[in-house]
Amino acid sequence: MTSNTALRWGLYGMLILFALFYLMPLFVMLTTSLKSLEEIRTGSLLALPRDITFAPWAEAWSTACAGTQCEGLRPFFWNSVLMAVPAVLISTVIGALNGYVFAQWTFRGANLLFAAILFGCFIPFQVVLLPMAQMLGLMGLAGTIPGLIFVHVIYGLGFTTLFFRNYYVTIPQELVRAAKVDGAGFFRIFWSIFLPISLPIITVSVIWQFTQIWNDFLFGVSFSGAGSQPVTVALNNIVNSTTGVKAYNVDMAAAIIAALPTLLVYVIAGKYFIRGLTAGSVKG
Amino acid sequence: MEWLERNVPKLVLAPSFAAIMIFVYGFIAWTAWISFTRSRLMPRYELDGVTQYQRLFDAPRWDVAMNNLFLFGGLFIVISMVIGLMLAIFLDQKIRAEGVLRTIYLYPMALSLIVTGTAWKWILNPGLGIQEAVRGWGFETFTFDWLIRPEMAIYTVVLAAVWQASGFVMALFLAGLRSVDTEIIRAAQVDGIPTHRIYSAIIIPTMAPIFLSAFIVLAHLAIKAFDLVIALTGGGPGYATDLPATYMYAMAFSRGDLGQAASSAMIMMMVIFAIVVPYLYSELRPRRDQ
Repeated sequence: MTSNTALRWGLYGMLILFALFYLMPLFVMLTTSLKSLEEIRTGSLLALPRDITFAPWAEAWSTACAGTQCEGLRPFFWNSVLMAVPAVLISTVIGALNGYVFAQWTFRGANLLFAAILFGCFIPFQVVLLPMAQMLGLMGLAGTIPGLIFVHVIYGLGFTTLFFRNYYVTIPQELVRAAKVDGAGFFRIFWSIFLPISLPIITVSVIWQFTQIWNDFLFGVSFSGAGSQPVTVALNNIVNSTTGVKAYNVDMAAAIIAALPTLLVYVIAGKYFIRGLTAGSVKG
Repeated sequence: MEWLERNVPKLVLAPSFAAIMIFVYGFIAWTAWISFTRSRLMPRYELDGVTQYQRLFDAPRWDVAMNNLFLFGGLFIVISMVIGLMLAIFLDQKIRAEGVLRTIYLYPMALSLIVTGTAWKWILNPGLGIQEAVRGWGFETFTFDWLIRPEMAIYTVVLAAVWQASGFVMALFLAGLRSVDTEIIRAAQVDGIPTHRIYSAIIIPTMAPIFLSAFIVLAHLAIKAFDLVIALTGGGPGYATDLPATYMYAMAFSRGDLGQAASSAMIMMMVIFAIVVPYLYSELRPRRDQ
């Protein structure tokens, strides 16, 4: 029995040790962002702040320099919002309709089509980066937020289609057949039978897409212009800004601000976040 | 009208299908074509054989990038799997506060890799970071300066990537452990089989599909790892932590060498395909039980 108790203690010890490992960077970010530069230089990385200051947060939000532009993260934060919200909504709506077709209205060749769309989830985006840059230029969308929305919708479609298809495929086909006999059409059936039961999968899709798009850096850095950069790109610019003294506290405050929306989503709707991750990973 | 009604499903799919045909397959074809030309700053379309690929394989920087990919990818995948499986098994022992621990282990996955890179860059900087903090505790000779040592910097990328993704692997494995038939486990317990044997002989073998999907996700993350390197090391010192993704980006957007960018992107795609296509094939095979 005693060896069992010791084992139990060891188990909890390990679990707590790992919890500390995962929490440490967040702790360091938070405490560093609340210290003055003077205190950072003289104190320890892992020490709590002696005099809490919110000045770095104010600077990160409204005056820090990203490249030559010294307006803080604020304008870029809004760029990300303006980019993410439409892109999430559009890709979810299209994914829902596509998934509905693939699950309930299959036709000859539908499986092949589904595979073709699914395949888009797996490509390394580097392989479409160059032609997309050209294409956005041709469409007059280079360096704009609508351009970024367009890119995120196109390359998010595969995942949203997959989510909805896998959800709707569990609904018996007899239901659709019966509704058809009653004279209901494609959209009518979607609207009155499928949509009302879709809230869980809509949540999963919205959370997944929002996290992906908000956290994206590659498309942001490749396709945005001076006025349309998303928050991740601006954060990287602030951190690597070479003008003046390195303000680590401002960097950390900026990093937390950039992370806050997706962290909030995780805390509020963790269950759906995990479901999206596993659904997206079991096949993606 | 009748025709329209019958073809609504196809019409609904048509725009997505067209988009995927152009923006995935068409674009891949374009990149493939460019990879066989002499394109520099501007795309040129006359074919020129495999000179871009020869240049690529002759470039020391590409050599470093590919070596880094296998070193980083291998370590990242193995360590994340080991930690993920271990934490999942630990958490499966009727742990108090399991929910809280799970939340803590998984939250890094919600962060942008740019945020992760920024945080670890600060923690690992030798001047004011963890090295200095440990020295402050009295360990005067403690050294942890991997970030600025060319031969060690790639391991900091591994560290940060494992931090980000291992909790997610834990979640995958935990879900797998929970889905194993409890009847079998109870029967084994009744027969007096020790717990570690139940895991190694009964539970883990049934989780083979989960190992596979965890592997696919991690491999995918590793090959695409671009943001993390940019934020953590910027590819440096020198180009010591370059990955194919950062090489491709540098060629495309700062060197103005489209031919090299295209050929390196094609190699990246082939590496992913070598891993993903067999998997996709087995997933999409029509199954009798569905």
